[in-house]
Amino acid sequence: MDQKNMTIRSRFLREMTKNGELYLIALPVIAYYIIFHYVPMYGAQIAFKDFSPSAGIEGSPWVGFRHFIDFFGSIYFVRVLKNTLVISATSLIFGFPAPIILALLINELRTRRFSRTVQTITYMPHFISMVVICGMIREFTSQAGLISVVLSYFGLPARTMLNDAGLFVPIYVISGIWQGVGWGSIIYLAALTGIDQELYQAASIDGAGRWKQTLHVTLPCLLPTIIVLLILRTGNILSVGAEKIILLYNAAIYETSDVISSYVYRRGLLNSDWSFSAAVGLFNSVVNFILVAFVNWLSRRTSETSLW
Amino acid sequence: MPRSGIRMTTGERFFNVFNILFLSFMVVITLYPLLYVLFAAFSVPSRLMTKYGILLGPQGFSLVSFIAVFQNPNIWSGYGNTIIIVIGGTALNMLMTIMGGYVLSRKNWFLTRPIALGVVFTMYFGGGLIPFYLTVRGLHLDNTLLALIIPTAISTYNMMIMRTAMVTIPPSLEESAMLDGAGHLTILFKIITPLIFPTLAVLVLYYGVEHWNSWFNAMIFLRKRALFPLQLILREILIQNSTLDMSIGSAATDQEMLSETIKYSVIIVSTVPILCLYPFLQRYFVKGVMVGAVKG
Repeated sequence: MDQKNMTIRSRFLREMTKNGELYLIALPVIAYYIIFHYVPMYGAQIAFKDFSPSAGIEGSPWVGFRHFIDFFGSIYFVRVLKNTLVISATSLIFGFPAPIILALLINELRTRRFSRTVQTITYMPHFISMVVICGMIREFTSQAGLISVVLSYFGLPARTMLNDAGLFVPIYVISGIWQGVGWGSIIYLAALTGIDQELYQAASIDGAGRWKQTLHVTLPCLLPTIIVLLILRTGNILSVGAEKIILLYNAAIYETSDVISSYVYRRGLLNSDWSFSAAVGLFNSVVNFILVAFVNWLSRRTSETSLW
Repeated sequence: MPRSGIRMTTGERFFNVFNILFLSFMVVITLYPLLYVLFAAFSVPSRLMTKYGILLGPQGFSLVSFIAVFQNPNIWSGYGNTIIIVIGGTALNMLMTIMGGYVLSRKNWFLTRPIALGVVFTMYFGGGLIPFYLTVRGLHLDNTLLALIIPTAISTYNMMIMRTAMVTIPPSLEESAMLDGAGHLTILFKIITPLIFPTLAVLVLYYGVEHWNSWFNAMIFLRKRALFPLQLILREILIQNSTLDMSIGSAATDQEMLSETIKYSVIIVSTVPILCLYPFLQRYFVKGVMVGAVKG
């Protein structure tokens, strides 16, 4: 017994002399993850309680699945779920191929300087803050705004476009592509520069023109990159961030613009329905997690490309 | 990308022309909204009001809206707070990310794997907004600038970029330093950190821009106006339309006209610092995406 204590102690001492500083380095990092990631996960239990700030997390009474049942039974459930899916799927369908196409087109340019210019300029909007982007969207789509007026040349009535529920999704998606397409293309351009030039030479000897080279050499080489990014995007189909939504929507168009995250924000932080909104948030987190895991599993089975 | 020089067919020539035209169109589409903001900001407010649609230059030339913006104390306090957050936040980000990257790049330590699992899990699952909010409030960080610095001290994605950079350093360097009696702190800060300078530069930029542009946490955690960062002041002006206190003293119609140009001026004032630095730093930003693309 004494012998065993001694060895444990001496092993501990040896580890400390060898790696003591490593513990010192790891400690703040571990503390950060525990406090700001794992404590909130523990706190998510308020979704099953009737949380009041005075009683605290531990002291609040359990209510089981009541908040979940309330949410699933309310008209908001269908609305926010549908809006989240529609916004996310539309962004995916139009926003995902856009940077791939841009990268392919930039790649086909013969003049380096023009290609540099196109890249520099299309990357730029990525660095403009969301508040400014949404401020610009609001200005431009207002009744006398740039976009409304230009559209009125084509016979559309000039009006405050963001008051029209039917226009929210197009505005959200198109502005998202405007802001993100250039930045999104970088990763594909990087993959394109990695393609072995001999493949193109071999293809052209076989008589393949540029279109066929793109189809049979470029795209297959890009495929792994495309699949990994597609997995990420598909897994995140139920997470539309609240920031842009909150900056763009208004009560008149909640019908098409209110998503899960903005609903959580409103109910939780503006109305102080802590437990209810925590339940909605937890539902979203769990479904997201299952989706990412599922999509990843599917892609590993079918294409041997996966995140983990 | 030059490919073997077979003569171009008509179809290829047509494609080249189309491609150049299309990408030029992309450039115009990207740039014009920003130019419009610039033109509108320098326009005479009353002339801008009567000019609808596309602007090809400022309508007249006036600095009244910029004067109104700079006379607004909120803009200055917002700028000050944002600078504090950017500098303080990025410094803490870098310290924590360097330490985290080092821990995750240890190959022979028995705790590396459990820590890595714990970290990666948070990329895919979280407690949600409300528990996060309650946690930060429980630590009494709300209503202080620390609420915008400490809870976002590490971006897991950036830490993975850091780890990737550190893993590529040949282990022989560390081993010989170890033999000379150097501890982990010396190895990390004296040997490894100077070797990955390009990655550090990339991450400083990522974190810096992130802090400069962020507003959501400020909105939920801050109530004292004196603490508001620039983006939150911008949100009041651009989204909630509260330009009135800036155009106060002018007649009602003037106020309305001025408030339009004030919005554009405020965009210029807040965005120009980043867009001016951007061309010089673009190289680093782009490098960051490529480093991140290497699967960690």
